[in-house]
Amino acid sequence: MAGFLHRRDVVKTLLARRNADTLVVAGLGSSAWDVTAAGNDDRNFCLIGAMGLTVPIGLGLAEAQHDKRILVITGDGDMLMSLGALATVAQVRPRNFAIIVLDNECFGETGGQPTHTAGVADLAAIARGAGIEDTGEIREQGEIDALIADVYDAPGPVFRTVKIAYETLEDFKPPLDGAYAKDRFRVALLGAKAAVGGA
Amino acid sequence: MQEADWPAELFEVLCARGISQICHVPDSGHGRLIKLCEARNDMSVVTLTTEEEGVGLLAGAWLGGKRGALLIQSSGVGNIINALALPAACRMPLLVIVSMRGEWGEGNPWQLPMGLGTPKVLEAMGVTLFRADSADAVVPALDAAAGTAFNTNCSVAVLLSQRLIGAKEF
Repeated sequence: MAGFLHRRDVVKTLLARRNADTLVVAGLGSSAWDVTAAGNDDRNFCLIGAMGLTVPIGLGLAEAQHDKRILVITGDGDMLMSLGALATVAQVRPRNFAIIVLDNECFGETGGQPTHTAGVADLAAIARGAGIEDTGEIREQGEIDALIADVYDAPGPVFRTVKIAYETLEDFKPPLDGAYAKDRFRVALLGAKAAVGGA
Repeated sequence: MQEADWPAELFEVLCARGISQICHVPDSGHGRLIKLCEARNDMSVVTLTTEEEGVGLLAGAWLGGKRGALLIQSSGVGNIINALALPAACRMPLLVIVSMRGEWGEGNPWQLPMGLGTPKVLEAMGVTLFRADSADAVVPALDAAAGTAFNTNCSVAVLLSQRLIGAKEF
């Protein structure tokens, strides 16, 4: 059943609680615009391509930065492309990692063609089946406070599907140049020397 | 003459180059190297469900300040092609170690197409290749590959030839 929550409001409310220890990886398309609309933060890494790699990128970051909280915010299309990565996340079991899937049940960037979640696929159930213990689906405004508490504070990995409406909204473009986006993120996290290639 | 223990030498190069994140889809050609990495407390070793996950995972590790390497078989190279846009577009380093199949006395006909295509498709995607056909070429190839990847922020693959690893009957 399609959702009616508004994606921009959900993401803005979710990211209002972020601090310097919060690192956000956003999937391509609307999720990246939502995250950017909430604030063009140096600690965002927004994908403009690389569909299906958002969760793996977040996992690698979570493994590298155990003291930070890593949030992946992405869409149902991107998530459906990397369902196997959920099994990898469950295996690695990063305690600092949360995945939030904004599920509008369609490919929003390409004309709104229905995805598998418009049919019978249940992403939270798939995540649970992959071995992620803390999963759930959000449909109501009244569940947002609990969503935020879990995403920031619950032992990871946390997986939440948020059922949202299909809306056509203004684009809020993050930096499109990946080299700049990568350096901006690394300098914010690791310091100025990270821009010249030092790990 | 004692036979060279090239997997152990590969492991020493990975350590010397500061690599702390390993991800792989296992292959018998990488078996000993994977075991050596798993024995280290300061290395994270992640088994993937498919090879392209590793390109994303290593990009995330690099964003977080860690160097890594992806260990795959040549058949898995086909799975990472589109993912290679990520390190290319972001000018991130990527180090891939590929154990070759389908080239030297291969016993499995299904391994031939991707084995033959591996160097061509990697080059087509702008990946710099280093090849090791014999045990004494392994260390120089990996060391040069790691230096190139992490000094110039580009994607590099080391192809460990099937002649080195040994042909498989199946």
